[in-house]
Amino acid sequence: MGLFGRGSFSSIIQKIFGKKHAKIGIYGPPNVGKTTLANRILRDWTGDIMGSVSEIPHETRRAKWKKDVKVENGNSSLFMDIVDTPGIATKVDFKEFMGTYGLTKEESKRRAKEATEGVIESIKWLEGIDGVLLVMDSTQDPFTQVNVTILGNLEARELPVLIAANKIDMEESSPATLKSAFPQHPVVPISALTGYNADNLYTQMVSHFGKKRRRKKR
Amino acid sequence: MTKKDKGISVNLISRHKLDELSSDEKLKFILKEVQNGKILVLEHGLTPMEQTSLIENTMKEIEHDTFIGIEMEGYAEDRPTFIQKILGVIKKPRMTMIGPAHLLRTVRKDSNIIQTMIIPGKGAK
Repeated sequence: MGLFGRGSFSSIIQKIFGKKHAKIGIYGPPNVGKTTLANRILRDWTGDIMGSVSEIPHETRRAKWKKDVKVENGNSSLFMDIVDTPGIATKVDFKEFMGTYGLTKEESKRRAKEATEGVIESIKWLEGIDGVLLVMDSTQDPFTQVNVTILGNLEARELPVLIAANKIDMEESSPATLKSAFPQHPVVPISALTGYNADNLYTQMVSHFGKKRRRKKR
Repeated sequence: MTKKDKGISVNLISRHKLDELSSDEKLKFILKEVQNGKILVLEHGLTPMEQTSLIENTMKEIEHDTFIGIEMEGYAEDRPTFIQKILGVIKKPRMTMIGPAHLLRTVRKDSNIIQTMIIPGKGAK
């Protein structure tokens, strides 16, 4: 047994200096796999799920959250309130739901209306969270305005950000492109669908979101 | 001249014009112009907080048949160097293009070029 007994040095450091609890928002554009990732985290740590997923964009139109999810990393751990937010977009066209996904006109209009309300709700949630898991689709161009805007906003608020480069189970994925696009933030390649590399994500979440930071006043 | 023949207006907005407006005034001005079918090129773009507010305000204005939102592309602010931080130098946001989503589409964007396309046959209101 070492100087610090059974606990690792990092767990002792966390106990002294680290946070015990953090409210973490899962953010990103529509259809990048935010709810799939939220479901993965909850399934792995609580046995529960957050919500339904769909290939139709804006499936999550109201924020959902689960309190006190204990995520462990060796001897250290962090209790997190996980908030799954609706996708942020600059446009919502009901005709896209009709043409591409075959929804009825009435259904499409209702979905579009709720989607606009969801975007507003997501933005409002930014006021009360301690850190962000920003989900990006690693098969897509990372320089979208939504990605750039969200990241810029989080940087202005000085909120800790962890980028989840999702969908690495797909052949055309390129998490390296995401890493080079946003070198100022940690990027964790993951497949929320298969759970590939989820352990690495949990390790990063505990260490990154567990650090004590002074929240910037706005 | 019929309405359709009018074409699409692309306006370059000087930084002087933008600097004399408060954030709220700037966002109202931009959204009003874009809702009227104009494409704007801002000499100085919006800060990330202003961009987020613009998205929020846009969502409140969406009407299914007339306004589906905005297309906005620009580059993030240059990160201030260590010395600039010490000296309190504030970096201005860079050039940004904003237009109605039914008229303007981003084709490609990388760290040097933003390629957009004006969708033909959908003239300004």
